[in-house]
Amino acid sequence: MEIGVRLFAGFRKERFRESAMAWEAGMTPRSIAGLLKIPMEEVGIIFVNGRHADPDLPLLAGDVLSLFPVVGGG
Amino acid sequence: MSDRILRIDMTSGSTVFEPVPEAWAGLGGRGLTSAIVAAEVPPTCHPLGKNNKLVFAPGLLSGTRAANSGRLSAGAKSPLTGTIKESNAGGTSARMLALMGIKAIIIEGMPEEKKLFGIHVTHDSARIVETDMAGAGNFSVVEKLSGEEGGKAGVISIGPAGEMAMPSANISVKDPQGRVRSLGRGGLGAVMGSKGIKYLSIDPSDAPGISYADENAFKEASKVFAKALTEHPVSGEGLPTYGTNVLLNVLHEAGGLPTRNFRTGSFDGHEGISGETMHARIEERGGEGRVRHSCHPGCVIQCSQVYPDKNGKVKASGFEYESVWAMGANCGIDDLDALAEADHMLDDIGMDTIEFGVTMGVAMEAGILSFGDASGMLRILKEEVTKGSPLGRLVGAGAECLGKAYGMRRVPTVKGQSIPAYDPRSVKGMGITYATSTMGADHTAGYTVTSNILNVGGMVDPLKKEGQVELSRNLQIATAAIDSTGLCLFVAFPVLDIPESFNAIVDMLNARFGLSLTGDDVSALGTSILKTEREFNRKAGFTEAADRLPEFFSEETLPPHNTIWDFSDAEVDAFWEF
Repeated sequence: MEIGVRLFAGFRKERFRESAMAWEAGMTPRSIAGLLKIPMEEVGIIFVNGRHADPDLPLLAGDVLSLFPVVGGG
Repeated sequence: MSDRILRIDMTSGSTVFEPVPEAWAGLGGRGLTSAIVAAEVPPTCHPLGKNNKLVFAPGLLSGTRAANSGRLSAGAKSPLTGTIKESNAGGTSARMLALMGIKAIIIEGMPEEKKLFGIHVTHDSARIVETDMAGAGNFSVVEKLSGEEGGKAGVISIGPAGEMAMPSANISVKDPQGRVRSLGRGGLGAVMGSKGIKYLSIDPSDAPGISYADENAFKEASKVFAKALTEHPVSGEGLPTYGTNVLLNVLHEAGGLPTRNFRTGSFDGHEGISGETMHARIEERGGEGRVRHSCHPGCVIQCSQVYPDKNGKVKASGFEYESVWAMGANCGIDDLDALAEADHMLDDIGMDTIEFGVTMGVAMEAGILSFGDASGMLRILKEEVTKGSPLGRLVGAGAECLGKAYGMRRVPTVKGQSIPAYDPRSVKGMGITYATSTMGADHTAGYTVTSNILNVGGMVDPLKKEGQVELSRNLQIATAAIDSTGLCLFVAFPVLDIPESFNAIVDMLNARFGLSLTGDDVSALGTSILKTEREFNRKAGFTEAADRLPEFFSEETLPPHNTIWDFSDAEVDAFWEF
């Protein structure tokens, strides 16, 4: 199933900015981060469709997952 | 030598060093400027009249070896909001004033003749001199004074906007490289201009320096504090690498990025103006560009940067998320170089980038120019604002004033001050802060984005009402206390997550002054500051009815989450139950 994945800040290095590719069913933010070799302890914000999401939320076709490292500003 | 207060009377031209009254001895930064304004400024006075006073104060920890302790506070009654105002910035002056034993500078009265003055301050003298720098931009003022007085002199100055007493005029503070930081919000530059003051130059030679009640204890605590700042992932890694503008993409993804005058919460041109793009461009262009930059001596976070033009020459420094958002997404502009140009011009003119950007958003909605028209925006700055044309004056008066002049209904302000870079419909904690802050709409007053968006200091869902009032209250109290220490507000990221870093701040205050404060005392300080400020506002005529967001936030849903502002008046007013 197709899931949009968007990466930000340092996560883009040697990976990508945005991808829409087919993933196996039953993916979660944690499993996608794992396949992208992003350690979960470095993940600061997980959005699914622009809302905060649990790392173990089952993703559905058409979802957009956004992963940020721990960042801040103001 | 004990600390003193420097009082400058612009009516008589006299300057005097006074002992610090007992009641103010334990205060610094915002706590001190607000206490002085509350005690000495009639709340109903005209902000540009002789009865208003402009107060500068370094923080309680400024001048010490504490990391990130170089914030300078300025306070007065605001010509933009009519409320009490405190604004703080980095730069080199706070540290110098603290080393000179100057706890505050109070500028009062106003000259009878319309003349322009500079004030030269040393540790034991203050001299008022007439200046011929009328109309000069901040960069040339800084350059001129650095030449005359040696490169290390501190400079606090206004540009043409302040001289014209525009309600969105700011005050510039020279940074370690001779560029400027801004006491940005609320029109304090207009207050300085109304008193006929173009600049203060600060010469710290022969300053007595800081004395510590217990220097060893201070050293120990400052090490713990600095370690927490460099080890926390936000202050130690995220902020130094991408600057504050890393938030552009975060807020876009969260649907909380106010776009085209608060019509939507995401911007199709976000990638062009993001922190990631800024970072990549600084690295590609090289030259004078720097990814990291300290806005004041002793800053270990280095969230500032130097953004170079295509030839590698400095274009903007301290190119912040708020500025990029206000003139970028909020105006539908996705050209980062154009925004850097505008940022540079605003620093030179001496005008708040947030107020300007939000005003341009309203101007675009009013049809004065089109959304996305970067060259039109630059033209207005160059041809209208700098020259003080009628349109330039209207823009300089801020969003609320321009909105009224053009009969606009969708004007994002609270107490006359423009709402910054988080839409209150989808970052609801910020709505509580905008509504209740004693300063008018101000993101720094109680930055709920930490828990609403960044997952620092716990999590409170940004799209729901639950927990927002308490979150904003706790942060507004803590912020008022931090703003009194001279510490950069970004120390809050480690402080919210690492208990030792908060204890280290208390330990540093105790070791500096020989006190035995506890964490509760620090929180009581914050509470007392907020209540002092609110009481000033009440006497100036502000009731609960002023603690409201503009009506359109309750009527128009915000895509992509299609949320509205749904707090009742009573729910907002509950903020003050403490």
